[in-house]
Amino acid sequence: MTTTDTAIDTVLTAENITKSFGGVHALKGASITMRRGEVTALIGDNGAGKSTLVRCLSGIHKPDSGTITLDGAVVQIDSPLAAKHHGIETVQQNLALVEDLTVWQNFFVGREITKGVGPFQMLDRKAMRDKASTLLSGLAVNVPPVTSRVRRLSGGQRQAVAIARAAGWGSSIVIMDEPTAALGVQETARVEAVIRRLQDSGVAVLLISHNFDQVLRLAQHVWVMRGGLAVAQRRTSETTGDELVALITGAQAV
Amino acid sequence: MNTMTAQPVAAPPVPRKVAASLSEAKHLSFWAENAAPVGLIVLVVVFSVLSPTFLTVGNITAMLVAAAILVVLAVAQSFVITTGGIDLSISATMTIGAVGLGLAYQAGLPFWPSAIIAILASTVIGVINGLLIAKGKVTDFIATLGTLGVATGAALILTDGKPIAVTSTELLRLTTGKLGFVPYPFVLAAIVGAVAWFVMFRTRYGLHVQAVGGSEEAAVANGVKAPRVRIAVYVWAAALAGLASLLLVARIGAAEPAINTNYLLNSIAAVVLGGVSLTGGRAKIVGPILGALLLTALSNGLTLLAVSQFYQPLAVGLVVVLAALLTRFQKR
Repeated sequence: MTTTDTAIDTVLTAENITKSFGGVHALKGASITMRRGEVTALIGDNGAGKSTLVRCLSGIHKPDSGTITLDGAVVQIDSPLAAKHHGIETVQQNLALVEDLTVWQNFFVGREITKGVGPFQMLDRKAMRDKASTLLSGLAVNVPPVTSRVRRLSGGQRQAVAIARAAGWGSSIVIMDEPTAALGVQETARVEAVIRRLQDSGVAVLLISHNFDQVLRLAQHVWVMRGGLAVAQRRTSETTGDELVALITGAQAV
Repeated sequence: MNTMTAQPVAAPPVPRKVAASLSEAKHLSFWAENAAPVGLIVLVVVFSVLSPTFLTVGNITAMLVAAAILVVLAVAQSFVITTGGIDLSISATMTIGAVGLGLAYQAGLPFWPSAIIAILASTVIGVINGLLIAKGKVTDFIATLGTLGVATGAALILTDGKPIAVTSTELLRLTTGKLGFVPYPFVLAAIVGAVAWFVMFRTRYGLHVQAVGGSEEAAVANGVKAPRVRIAVYVWAAALAGLASLLLVARIGAAEPAINTNYLLNSIAAVVLGGVSLTGGRAKIVGPILGALLLTALSNGLTLLAVSQFYQPLAVGLVVVLAALLTRFQKR
């Protein structure tokens, strides 16, 4: 796999990532790169290892071996917090929202804004509500009040909350695992608009999607995974949906 | 509506139509959310009508003293249950605290160092619970059932099964002192409740407790250290049980290695009455405190009415089951 032509503007490189669960080898040495300011798509059949790779990048799984390089420096991403510290935000496929908590609590759980001194820290509820409200309305989806519980939101609203949360931290990389899989036509269009806006603001987006039209529409670069490996990469301007399908199924060699 | 005000606890099992309309579901959800305060008010009204002594200052003071231990235990249990766990060892942990206090006092230590030893002795059980559950991945039910047995046995072994008299002036002041008509034990319980409310709803730790109980997976993905949160919840619950042991020894005047199963069941019952779901995620502090007051008022009232002791567990059991049925109608 040659990375020489992309080395200059590469923001993230994952090399030879392996991860096993018991006897199941989910990743067998997958390597991908992401370029700065681009939407990079990750496609592949179910069980190809896309979600496992994403979970390694977002700190939920610790890779068994392999290196992750961010802006030229090798980093250890051994916890979700570590990933966030390195500027990697993720919209998990299951959204990772706590249904019993309110929208603003979900925004800030794990990195709350507090006020007070020393051990006497209390939550700055107003600051968190205000910031969550600002970030959400920036998405321009039918905005739920930030004080409502996530349990009461529609699928699209939940997606909006999860995306606004990931997009709101001024991070350099946002990973989205099938962000529109459960959405209707209008909501999908809104989410795609958000992805474009993120890209315009200089964020590198890693998009996992089963929708080839969407991949060709949004992404500039696409990686194809099969059997725990990233087997092929294409510029979306130089490929077609048919070729991607062939690469995914293995009908076409790299 | 009026019939429900009279008997809110009995309301849900008798919906007129099985096909409950939406409006009635909304209606029921109100009772489900407020089972403890409504039930408490109803009990107070009923008992004060039936017994002239129920609402006297003397009896209210007696009830508050009696409720203090259960309030502290219910608050502790509420934290554990919010994480989706349960602490079956909580009353045995209190017994260990009492025994620790008794042994330290017997060995000649002054009251306050003995009290600290009591709380530390209880906390040890909490640390074991937390490690078993969060690190050992033992189911909360089994882990705390195990420590329930161990703590009960240890209390009997350490004391040879005999109560240790503790007659310190500090303890006497704790039992007999009052702030206005509010006895010191209840003042202590109220402070515990207020601090617990603040911790649960105004601090990072409380938010993490709720997040872990709501969805551990989502909480972890957002950077919450779930094992730590779980360990801490059991440690705090045990420390509170240690605090309750001071009240227990103060009340009896001796450290008894008795099993106190009633306190365990009532602490869970108070939390359920308070509208907390055993599946976790939805925190409540005031509800369980009111639940503890309700259970205390119930047994006090029945005693005043000269109802046989034998009927009291029956009454508690019925109230808890009705409350549990009611929670099905809670707004989610």
